[in-house]
Amino acid sequence: MPTTLFDKIWRSHVVHDDDGVVLLYIDLHLVHEVTSPQAFEALRLAGRRVRRPDLTVATMDHNVPTTDRSLPITDAVSRQQMETLTANCAEFGIACFGIGDPRNGIVHIIGPELGLSLPGMTMVCGDSHTSTHGAFGALAFGIGTSEVEHVLATQTLPQRVPRTMEVRVDGARGFGVTAKDLILGVIGAIGVDGATGHVIEYTGAAIRDLSMEGRMTVCNMSIEAGARAGLIAPDDTTIEYLGDRPAAPKGAAWDEAVAAWRELRSDDGAAYDRAVIFDAAEIAPQVTWGTNPAQVAPVTGAVPHPDQWENASDRAAVQRALDYMGLAPGVPLQEITIDRVFIGSCTNSRIEDLRAAADVVRGHRVAASVHAMVVPGSARVRRQAEAEGLHQVFLDAGFEWREPGCSMCLGMNPDVLAERERCASTSNRNFEGRQGKNGRTHLVSPPMAAAAAITGHLVDVRTLGASPVATGAV
Amino acid sequence: MEPFRRVAGIAAPLDRPNVDTDQIIPKQFLKRIERSGYGPFLFNDWRYHADGSENLEFELNRHPWRHAPVLLTGRNFGCGSSREHAAWALEDYGVRAVVAPSFGDIFHTNALKIGLLPVRIPEAVVARWIDLAIEEPGLEMVVDLEQGYVEFAGERQPIDIDEHTRARLLEGLDDIALSLQQSDVIAAFEAQRPRWLPQTSALR
Repeated sequence: MPTTLFDKIWRSHVVHDDDGVVLLYIDLHLVHEVTSPQAFEALRLAGRRVRRPDLTVATMDHNVPTTDRSLPITDAVSRQQMETLTANCAEFGIACFGIGDPRNGIVHIIGPELGLSLPGMTMVCGDSHTSTHGAFGALAFGIGTSEVEHVLATQTLPQRVPRTMEVRVDGARGFGVTAKDLILGVIGAIGVDGATGHVIEYTGAAIRDLSMEGRMTVCNMSIEAGARAGLIAPDDTTIEYLGDRPAAPKGAAWDEAVAAWRELRSDDGAAYDRAVIFDAAEIAPQVTWGTNPAQVAPVTGAVPHPDQWENASDRAAVQRALDYMGLAPGVPLQEITIDRVFIGSCTNSRIEDLRAAADVVRGHRVAASVHAMVVPGSARVRRQAEAEGLHQVFLDAGFEWREPGCSMCLGMNPDVLAERERCASTSNRNFEGRQGKNGRTHLVSPPMAAAAAITGHLVDVRTLGASPVATGAV
Repeated sequence: MEPFRRVAGIAAPLDRPNVDTDQIIPKQFLKRIERSGYGPFLFNDWRYHADGSENLEFELNRHPWRHAPVLLTGRNFGCGSSREHAAWALEDYGVRAVVAPSFGDIFHTNALKIGLLPVRIPEAVVARWIDLAIEEPGLEMVVDLEQGYVEFAGERQPIDIDEHTRARLLEGLDDIALSLQQSDVIAAFEAQRPRWLPQTSALR
């Protein structure tokens, strides 16, 4: 019987099956400072050890300051959480990339760039955006702290088989349309719970055409449609990206791996529980107007009216979102002025994202009314961007060029919006208070964020003229 | 984990869809390394004004819903971030069960791990029950996992839960201890993993 990519990965990781509750083996466990301290403490209290420290790696990203790293961390609670991770990793023998380590960065940026995220693997992390690694054809999903403890102790997780969903994006992206716009368009169409209980496999020409960076952006936001995970079958693009990564296999092991990866795709005729089809050519650059990622519209559109929703509870929710966002129905999105721009996060802080933003910024100045910052996803991305001179493009235009971390995506460190500040952000969530209490977030692509920084308002990057953005880089 | 068998008490209505975990417990409270004490921060930004005073418009600040043991709310409750702190905050505040049409997957798992019962009930029923809870604020709900039903205002709905999870909740069993019983099977699985899989020790 033809099987899906998901089925193949799942079946090859079943350790034990107890009447539908499967003990699933986990090939890699990524750990960060926020969701792990209680798990390590519980291990200690129970007298348990970490079963496979060699399949576990830790980084610090959520709390870290993105300003001068030579200064002490002033937030005592954040500092204690980072020190706790260092101590836990030392005690249990886990590699930990702290502040100042050349391999430090956002957990979902460093896994791929170190070659730890490989096709066919199972991966987990106490972070919902673990779906990012599905871009490599790995089954990767976010877990809570109890499950972090479970994986530390057993390297397995009890799981019930999720449903599958194909999201096919046919056709070719138009000028100025990025991977971010594709996934925001998909989420807008299927809803913020449109894929709950499902693992998505993204297929179609527009997905195949994406770079690994673009594929990671797409898979990263699978959770914003409620999906357990997002997957893209590995191909030449994947294998080329992995070639000389530090933890990728070498020599004969590499050849064996590539042979296995070539088999990792859904068979012709394999059945998904659900399927939806999109045409990339019909997706314009997207902007969110509300307080969840499905509250999104083409940048050429306007703020919707709550009356467009049938159900009273939905109408109330939309009205609540508009009140929070300080927006009136019918206002063209491009007339919305902004105060802040954030280019960063595990969704859009890879080298191609920074290149695409720099292409828009080059030769322009950040509007006087806007405070704009670029936060690379990792120390490695930061080094590469500096080697390419991208940092100078941003600095010359008036952007701040920061140290790596999650930063203003969730504002656990000092990078937060002030009350009612409005931000064009390349991150993944526009929830109430996400970037700061009563802060207002508009999710956009990196070129769209760069364009907003220059003009001081939300704007269709395609109208900026000389921009070479959408030549296919992102 | 505390066993969950039966809870009877006030059901507090929170008539909103898509209540995400950033609302349940905002990020500034995730810096703590403790497992307990998150109740005071539950729904912080909805519950308190900027000056720290209570927002009396917010449902859980109103009698008799304050510290209600059951939360009755809209679809996709607990969507967003994986922070188990959301389930811990509800538990610490005194919520024992959340009744909604659907839940975010990770929140649903997190809740079950700590004995906070998420109960899926059809959306039309939840909408009716929320209206009733607002009209008659003193109405009690019974959530009976042993018998497998939820009852409110004389209407019964079955609890949709797999037998494995139900048994674990009723007994308050430790999942990790159960998996550790499979150590030999896990070791046998490990012995045949492909050699190309990465090891983090290579990066140290």
